[in-house]
Amino acid sequence: MSRMTTLESTTDEILKLASAHFGVPRDQLGPDDDFFRKLGINSLQALDLLTRIEQHFHIELPDYELQGVTDFRTLAERIQSRL
Amino acid sequence: MKPFRGKALSWHMSEGVIELVLEREPCNEIGSATLTELEQFLGESEPVWKTAHALIISSSRKEGFCAGADLRELYERSQKLAPAARVAGVRDFLERIHRVMNAIDTAPLTTIAAVHGVTFGGGFELALTCDLIIADKMTRFCFPELRLGLIPGFGGIPRLKRDLGNAVVRDLLLTGRSINVEKAQSVGLVSQVTGEGGALRVARATASQLGKFDRETASAAKRFIKPLPHDELRREIELFCEMFTRPAVEAGLRKFVESTDALPYLP
Repeated sequence: MSRMTTLESTTDEILKLASAHFGVPRDQLGPDDDFFRKLGINSLQALDLLTRIEQHFHIELPDYELQGVTDFRTLAERIQSRL
Repeated sequence: MKPFRGKALSWHMSEGVIELVLEREPCNEIGSATLTELEQFLGESEPVWKTAHALIISSSRKEGFCAGADLRELYERSQKLAPAARVAGVRDFLERIHRVMNAIDTAPLTTIAAVHGVTFGGGFELALTCDLIIADKMTRFCFPELRLGLIPGFGGIPRLKRDLGNAVVRDLLLTGRSINVEKAQSVGLVSQVTGEGGALRVARATASQLGKFDRETASAAKRFIKPLPHDELRREIELFCEMFTRPAVEAGLRKFVESTDALPYLP
């Protein structure tokens, strides 16, 4: 992953990933959306999303870092800190 | 060996391969129903273990291999009992599940866990009894027990220590984090990684390969290289029972059972 990756581009990649996997149109997802509500997912599906994020960005993101995280932008910040 | 379909499990045997399938909603939580059927499975399969060459354990639940012990059943049963009786009940369950896990661990045929999705707690411990773990790319492994004020109770710590070493145990046990399949393969936990939904197919292909080898040689090799960590398994039961009546455990179980949190499966 490039060092030039920005928070905006990381957020955009997460939104595309979530849209593709959970079947919600990309234009209906925004950085500040609650991904549990917007994607209609439970905790098991959140783990699925975490796995796809780890694979996509080639990172390891311990799930305790997601505690309290519900919006895409904050999720992107957590990912960004691992790139 | 006759095919069987029960409340929590099904099994059948074909061309020397026994397949045990976890089938209980929502994600194969291991409680008294599963334990009773596991004991039944042992009773019916052990007589053919010397003629079969492989056992595959898999799950038909799309959510994953197994989410662990049935915490709702554990909590609800405990609430009806005085502290001394609670410990006695838990000890009885642990003794029974350890007998099952130890029998699978030392079975004189090659055992394969074909896992996907959530492979947590007791489900992780069941996978660890097997000689090989074949995992699809969406599998996650986790020991979440510390959040309940407990340690894993189905023999997972001694088995993981035997197979991979103390550092890996500490990482998973003390952080309670879940790891993905790349991490699991990098530390030696997973032998083969497959695409989504591919673990059982690869496990069957592997089992077919195992059938080419002499059974007695394969069984002797397994006995030589895979000793049962008996003393640590016994100490685990004692430690689990010592911890079980502490207020932190009841609070942890109640929090899980009553949780409306969106993240009960995350630490």
